[in-house]
Amino acid sequence: MEIPYTVKPRPDTGLYNAKVGIWLFLASEVMLFGALFSAYILLRVGALPGTWPEIKTAWPHGLLNIPIGTFNTAVLITSSVTVVFAWAALKMNNFARFRICMVITILCAFGFLSIKSYEYNEKFTHYELRLKDGKAFTGHLEVNGKHPGFWDFGSIYNLARLTEEKVEKVKFVADPPKPKPGEKHEGNHEHVSMEVVTSDIVHLDAFLPRNHTFFAIYFLITALHGLHVLGGAIVLGYFAFPGSKMWRTDPERFTNRIEVGGLFWHFVDLVWIFLFPILYLL
Amino acid sequence: MSHSTQNDAHHGHDDVAHHIPIYWKVFWALIAGTVITVGLYSVHFESVAVTIAIALFVASIKAFLVAGYFMHLLSEKKMIYGILAATVFFLIGLMALTIWGSNDHPSNTVTKTFYVP
Repeated sequence: MEIPYTVKPRPDTGLYNAKVGIWLFLASEVMLFGALFSAYILLRVGALPGTWPEIKTAWPHGLLNIPIGTFNTAVLITSSVTVVFAWAALKMNNFARFRICMVITILCAFGFLSIKSYEYNEKFTHYELRLKDGKAFTGHLEVNGKHPGFWDFGSIYNLARLTEEKVEKVKFVADPPKPKPGEKHEGNHEHVSMEVVTSDIVHLDAFLPRNHTFFAIYFLITALHGLHVLGGAIVLGYFAFPGSKMWRTDPERFTNRIEVGGLFWHFVDLVWIFLFPILYLL
Repeated sequence: MSHSTQNDAHHGHDDVAHHIPIYWKVFWALIAGTVITVGLYSVHFESVAVTIAIALFVASIKAFLVAGYFMHLLSEKKMIYGILAATVFFLIGLMALTIWGSNDHPSNTVTKTFYVP
């Protein structure tokens, strides 16, 4: 049986069916991400003052890498424009240009994911430390002189693990004090290296979901978004190479597939447009 | 938009060629929007509400550009607008409930005089 209305618009909707389908899907995606945004609002509004002493506010601002986040935003915007150019190229009967645009899009997708995994690793190796004398720091930890590897979950420590493994002392390289937003960085960029005795520690943990609701919602939303990027890249990769056979047999239907794939891709970009400021900047 | 083209869906050949410069403009506008958003981070506003409102306003403009031009929402069929109207309705409902519900958070209620824990 042939699938109806893959090219011709259905008389009642005025659209080919796949387009109605993708928009219904995107509508459900809006609600999915909407629910997570609402979770973010509740967690943020409900964060108790004093739960994050180093930053002096309840909600940890500025713990993410803004230059990298900005660059990643530009990467995603670039991939969004190239996917629309790929579709336009097919409309203008230019298959070679279509393929170049698709390849750039897919490279951007994997570039985005690589940068994101680097950022994740930065958080896995970045620690919050509070001592019995009330001092608090953020920085990097060295246990038994070892540096953690890339995505090396085995070398993530917290206070419970240090106690359990009877580690008496650790080396902690503290970050320089953070200027408040709007203030200029003055002088002090020094990373202070210090020896910390385990029994002086009140709290020690990496920037993981378990350490703070901010990181819980950060990892949840960005990982879900990352899965969308990966899924989109796989589908667009299929259209760019094996699936592009259809261009010879049914070009209009193929063009519509690219439009529908592109709509999903733009949606993923759209979610990031909101994620970037709320997670990195606000 | 051309309503009576032979090859259907909605854009003819010339029509699409005509759109390329618009896509480029939208692309640069999006990049500029990103730069503005990040630039505003270094400007300190007294009110947190103002800071959030400005950032979300810039993000909304960027979202409008992506949805309107890249996703062709500015020239879509009624059916799509219908689907989106329903989505927006429920999304607004969800956010309204969230904001309404946030007043009942434990950290807020303890500060209210009428609440005796």
